Order: sequence, then C-alpha cells, then structure tokens
Amino acid sequence: MTDFSRRGFLGRAAVLGCSAAASPLLTPISMAAVPGDRRLVVIILRGAMDGLDVLRPWGDADFSALRPGLAAKRDTGLALSDYYGLHPSLAALLPLWERGELGFVQATSTPYRDKRSHFDGQDILEAGTVDLAPAGRRSGWLNRLMPHLPGAEPRTAFALGREEMLLLSGDAPVSNWSPDVDVTLTEQGLRLLELTMQNDAQFGGAMAEAIALAGSDGDGVTFTPGDGDMMSEMMGDVKAASRGKAHLKIADFAAEQLRADTRIVSFSLSGWDTHNNQARTLKAPLSALGETILHLKSALGAPVWQNTTVLCMTEFGRTVRENGTGGTDHGTGGTMVLAGGALKGGRVLGRWPGLGMSDLYQERDLMPTSDVRAWAAWAMRDSFGVPRTVLERDVFGGLDMGTSPGLLL
Amino acid sequence: MFDPEIAEIRFGTGLSPALAAPRSVQDMLAGLTAPDDMAQRFPIEPYDRFRKRITDFNAARRGIRRNRGTEAEAEFQAQRKTISRSARAAYGDFFRNSLLRRIESTTGLRERLAFFWEDHFTAHGKVMIARYATSPYTEEAIRPHIAGRFEDMLIAAVTHPLMLHYLDQMQSVGPGSTLAQKAARKGNTRGLNENLAREVLELHTLGVSGQYQQADVTQLAELFTGMTLDRSLAFEFENSRAEPGAETVLGRSYGGKAADLADITAALRDLARHPATAEHIAQKLARHFVADSPDAELVDAMRRAYLANDGALMPVYEAMLTHPASWQPDAQNVKLPVDFVASGLRALGIGEKTLARTREKTLRDVLYLPLQIMGQPWQKPIGPDGWPENNSHWITPQFLAARLQWALLAPQTLRRDLPDPRDFAQAALGRRLPPEVAFAAKAAENRWEGVALVLTAPAFQRQ
Repeated sequence: MTDFSRRGFLGRAAVLGCSAAASPLLTPISMAAVPGDRRLVVIILRGAMDGLDVLRPWGDADFSALRPGLAAKRDTGLALSDYYGLHPSLAALLPLWERGELGFVQATSTPYRDKRSHFDGQDILEAGTVDLAPAGRRSGWLNRLMPHLPGAEPRTAFALGREEMLLLSGDAPVSNWSPDVDVTLTEQGLRLLELTMQNDAQFGGAMAEAIALAGSDGDGVTFTPGDGDMMSEMMGDVKAASRGKAHLKIADFAAEQLRADTRIVSFSLSGWDTHNNQARTLKAPLSALGETILHLKSALGAPVWQNTTVLCMTEFGRTVRENGTGGTDHGTGGTMVLAGGALKGGRVLGRWPGLGMSDLYQERDLMPTSDVRAWAAWAMRDSFGVPRTVLERDVFGGLDMGTSPGLLL
Repeated sequence: MFDPEIAEIRFGTGLSPALAAPRSVQDMLAGLTAPDDMAQRFPIEPYDRFRKRITDFNAARRGIRRNRGTEAEAEFQAQRKTISRSARAAYGDFFRNSLLRRIESTTGLRERLAFFWEDHFTAHGKVMIARYATSPYTEEAIRPHIAGRFEDMLIAAVTHPLMLHYLDQMQSVGPGSTLAQKAARKGNTRGLNENLAREVLELHTLGVSGQYQQADVTQLAELFTGMTLDRSLAFEFENSRAEPGAETVLGRSYGGKAADLADITAALRDLARHPATAEHIAQKLARHFVADSPDAELVDAMRRAYLANDGALMPVYEAMLTHPASWQPDAQNVKLPVDFVASGLRALGIGEKTLARTREKTLRDVLYLPLQIMGQPWQKPIGPDGWPENNSHWITPQFLAARLQWALLAPQTLRRDLPDPRDFAQAALGRRLPPEVAFAAKAAENRWEGVALVLTAPAFQRQ
C-alpha cells in the first residue's frame, strides 16, 4: 500500500499533465510564519470528572470517611506526595510525574454555579465567560485567542473529533478534522476524483486538502486491489470509535499536525459521568486519558513534546460524598490535569479548601478556590506571550488572572 | 426559465430514475396544496401524541425517586427503560420516514420547504426524551402551514410547547405578576426571560437588521408572559404569570386589560406583516434555494409578493419560481448534507423497499452518523439560528472527505446490486452531466468507485 502524501498527490497530478497553475487540486497550502514553537493541547473531559477520585487527598482526615467504598484502600505505590495519591488507572503516568511532566490543579472551577447541568456547564467552560451568550452567538475562548497570535492561519488551530467544539468555534478561521473519516480509493479512482473536481476551484481545493489529511493518519489513501479488504479498512476507522480506540486515532492525528505547523489542538474525551459504580465506570475514561497523554508524548517525539503543554479540563467536579449507588453526583470544585514537556510539573497547584462540613460548597461539593480560566490564561500567556490584558479582557471577557503560578518551564 | 431537471435538483429532492419530474411551475405549486401524500405514507406522530411519552417517562422517574430501595423501584426502573427504548425507536422512525418522504415524493418542494421552515423556527428538546421531539413539532406546527400564511406558522411555532421549552419562555414570569409577587413574599425572585422575545424579533420576523430596540425586546418579553406548559406538557396560558398592563412593541400598544393570549397573537400578526419581515423572509428563501448572494431583483419580487398578499406564502413561492434568476443553469448553492444524502439515495433508487427493512443499527451507521461527520447532525443545529447557508461553511476538507467516504460506503451497504456507473451518472445528473463526470463513471475500475465519483462530483453536490 502506498502512502499518499500531499507531495505524492502533486507528483501524480504532474504525471496527469495538469499544469500546477491550472489545477485547483494543486493549490499548495501556504504556511506563513507560525507563532513560535510552543504547542497547546486542550482536552475537554465531558461529563464532569471526579477530581477527588483521580487525585486522592489521602492527607485530609475527612477523605476516607466521605468515601467508604471509593477510598477504601490506600495504595502507597501510587503516592504522589505524603498528601496525594493517584487513581490506579493513571498508574502509567507516574514516570511523567517523576520527570515533572505531569501536574494537577485542585479545587478549581468555572464561574458556573448551582444548576449543575452538563449542557450549560460545558458551554460555560468552553465559552470562557461568566454568563452564557444566547446560543448561536457563542464563541469559544481558544477561538478568541487566535486573532492575537501573530501569523496565525486556519491550520494553526485544529478542532478534532466528530462533535462540534464550542471551544474553537467563532469568528477566527480554524481547521476541523475528524479522524474517523477515512477515505480509500484505488489509484485510478483518485485520478478520476481529481478530474471531476477540475472545473470547480472551491471543491477542488478543499478536496485536495482532504486527501492530504486523510492520508496523514498513517493508513494511506490509495489501495491496490489484492492488498486486503479496502472497505473493511475504511469502515475500520468509523468503527474504531465504537471499539474505544478513537482517542488514539485523535492523538495520532493531533501529533502529526503539531509536528508540522499546527500550534493548538483541541478535542474531547467523554464518559466521566459516573453516577453508578464509579470504581468500575471511571476506569475506561481514565485509562483513555492516560493513553492519550502517553500516546501524544511518544508520537510528538522529544523535541516537540518539550514545547508542549496539555490542559485537561472538565465542566465541574462531583459531590465529595459517595452516593447510594457507589458513584458520585454533580458537584462544583473539580480538578484539572496538566501534562507536557513544557510544564513545570510534579506539583499540585491551587489552594486546598478542606473537606470538613463547613469547608464545603453548599455542604456537598468541594469549594472552588480558583477560576479554571485563570490557569488556562497563564498557559496561553506562557506559551504564546499573549499580553495579560488581552487574555483578561478580550479572550475571557473580564477575568482576573491573579499572580503568575509559573506554570511552564 | 422552467426546466424539469432544475426543478427537481434545485427546488426538489433530486432526480429520480423512477419518479417523474414536475412539468411546470404550476405543477410544482399545485403539489403544495394537494393532499400531503408523503405524510400519509410515512407518518410521523404529532407532538400532541409524543408528549405523553415525556410525561410517562417523568412519572416513571418520580416513581423511582419516591421508592428508592423498595421493590417498587425496580418496576419503575423497568417502566422507564421501556418508555425510553420506545421513544428512541420512534425517533429512528422519524429519521427514516423523513428521508423516505424526500426519496419517494413527487413534490420534493414540499419536503424542502418543510426543512427550510423547521430550520427557520429551530426548536428542540433539551433534556431526556424531549430531545427526540423535533419531528413531532415540525409535523404539528410547521408542515400544515407551509402553503398557508406566514403569520399562522409564526403563531403555531412561537406558541408551541417545544419552542416555549427551547427558548426558555416557560420560565419567564412578569416581574409585576401575581406569581412574582407571591414568590417575592417568600424571598424568591421570579422574573423575565427575554430569550424567546429576542429570537422572535431577530430570527423569526424582522431579522437582525430590523429596526427594533432593546426596549422592544423587553416589552415583547413582558407581553409573552403567561405562555407556559401545563403538567401534561401542553400549551397553557397562565394569568398569574402575565405581566399586568399594556406593552408597546414597535410603537404599537397591546393588551392592558385582563391578560389574554389574543394580545400575543395580535402582536405576532403585526410582526409577520412588517416590511422588514417580508425582506427577511424573501432574502432567506432565495438564499436557501438559489444562491448565497441571490439576485436582488429576485428577492425584491418575492418581497413584494409577500407584502401584497399579507404574508401568504404561495404567492412568494410563485414569485421565486417564475423569476428567471431562479433558473440560471449554473448551480450556485452546495447541497446541505441532508439534501446530499437524500438526493443520493433517491438517485440510487434506494427507497421504501430497502429502507423500510433496514435495521436501526445500519440506518444509524450508514445514514445518521455520517450526517454528523458531514457537519449536520440530524435536527441538531447548535443555536436557534439554524444551519449556516454559506457554501464556505460546508466545503471544508473534513466535510468533503466525509461525503466522499459516505459515497464510497453507503450505496453498497444498502444496495447489493449497484447500478452501472454510466447509467447512474445519467440518472443522477440528466442533461447536466458534465463530460468529465461521464468519463470518470465510464473509466472507473469498479462500480462502487464509479458511483462514488458521480455522487461527489461538484455537479451533483451543487444544486
């Protein structure tokens, strides 16, 4: 099977005798100077991750009693410090912690309070504002960052996945791709596809880029009859999602783009709404998160990973008490997971509010002690040098970033 | 001027190898006032029937909550599961039937208009099985009014329970109403929610460039108070929520005596007949059917027809269909994903016989999910402004790759005996078949690629 890179596409087109100026399929994607070497990956954890189970505050005297089932056993092998331990499903990330490439922010949240709806909570998280603009007029904070990155092009930022990401939606042009789109054609089919597009510049240009993107996921675009079942391969990408490997395909694709001219990638991971039997139901999403981070690291390679920061954010935390069905319900203060070679990690950031009855928010939730937007703002400040006033005013529409936590190296 | 193939492609649901195209503009218009054969053949339950599913579901949830830990809880759990499964199956049928209507219709214009107006009056449920209620809403509030007067559709949509839920009207309470005062005595605040009022002015009637002020939004929101849902999720006008006194919207005063739904409908009728509404509707229809930047004279002809007939829609459609700019041979607009998929199936002859027995899972994998990847998850636009119209939104690498992937996979999944690509090219594009597409269909190495090349050709993707 041949790998059909964009270069290959150009070469093949030349064989067909098209002049590069005339064929819209051949418009090269020009890249202006990209905004620096730093990369930012923002992962939205949809469904409200239970931070207290991910980053377990064993040092708090009230913790075990609040969670008789979930916090029954303290595994010293997973200790991050005297105070905190990691969830067993993230054990593979311990080496990153040791190297300072993993960190956490505890007891943080968006300004959203009280109604605890996933729908509104995620919209507030991605819009990055205190109140929601009416639907249809919403934009995401990462999109509002784009005009402030010198030399930014649509390819500078990628929203990945099948679902629309409000986080990157808005007026600034960005790129979208869903790695469960796969296209496989015979060489002849590809040539004929180009032929049918030759008189329509708009279609031709977008299709050329589509072919290049579809080919960059590692399994090529062209198919030689006899090489196996093309159809099942193409279906395979669609079905990867149902086999639970979609996150790896996304991580692969993200790494591919970040190694080139892309600087910002955003996607989401789902499955965090663990109302029942959390000891079991949290395993899959946490393992997927761990795998995604490790996969990104290896696929980016050391030089790019050194410049990369990963922010994992969720719409809100969950109740500090275990509920009647071995799970937890919607809460307020939550946890942010940080990773990357650019991170000054090996730390748990944020002020710990305590778990005593009077320490809690409405006597049920972890009290938020910081605004999750401030951490994101500092990551953008330190990654791209965007002025603080721009972040506070234009990107987040009225945020106080506070003092610098010295997030990155 | 009139051309039967353009009529099918641009104003209908695509060419069909089996169904005859309309013979004239009069033919197209007559189809809209004829009995709704597709609704008969592929029924979708109206909201008034669907709402019982929601109330049953809520009752089961209450049962679970009240009987936690007892034996009765399991029974309510089972009930909830059954209701929810049945609602999901119904939703699958709505999807299947709305596609079949496009595929089997000889009046494609009706299906296109049903979509257009459903989008203009976007509303959907935000929780649990109410999320499946969009088709029932359209069936009840939109479809019966397509060939009628705009104001009747406006009133049906704006006062519909699903709209009152979607745009938060059911929470809105007049600040001076008896209900707000009662709440205040208990230390609670109940007040106005402007969401519906704002969207009625901005999206449904005058348009964003209409000459209205924030004061008009607030006044209309006050006028709207009283509209809410009863326990059975049917429409209810509740006097205790209504703001006392008259409201002034665009300089005209409404109400003042006892709160009355008639004052609300009077305001909606006035808004419907406003010149800015005529301009907005004409512009939007022309954009949807003809081009992103439609011919100014076409829009003007439609606008004048609207105003001359007090917002009767048939004369507006007639003005559009009798204007030469509507029949320019070069297709400008790109098909939305739902138009693309349905017209592809129609051209392939994949209709009732096949889809009626297609399993729900196949339907999901081959039609429902691909629409999502093409950027148009079925009936789920992000905001109340509906789907974007501009071509540049839809011609992106991801969305085009998704269309190509669908064109390669779906036809052979749904139909074992794919047509000869040369015949298919002819059937799908008729006299508009470009030579390069005819060549590609002939030169393809195998049938499925040949079929896919026809479907993804710009000539097929544009309408």
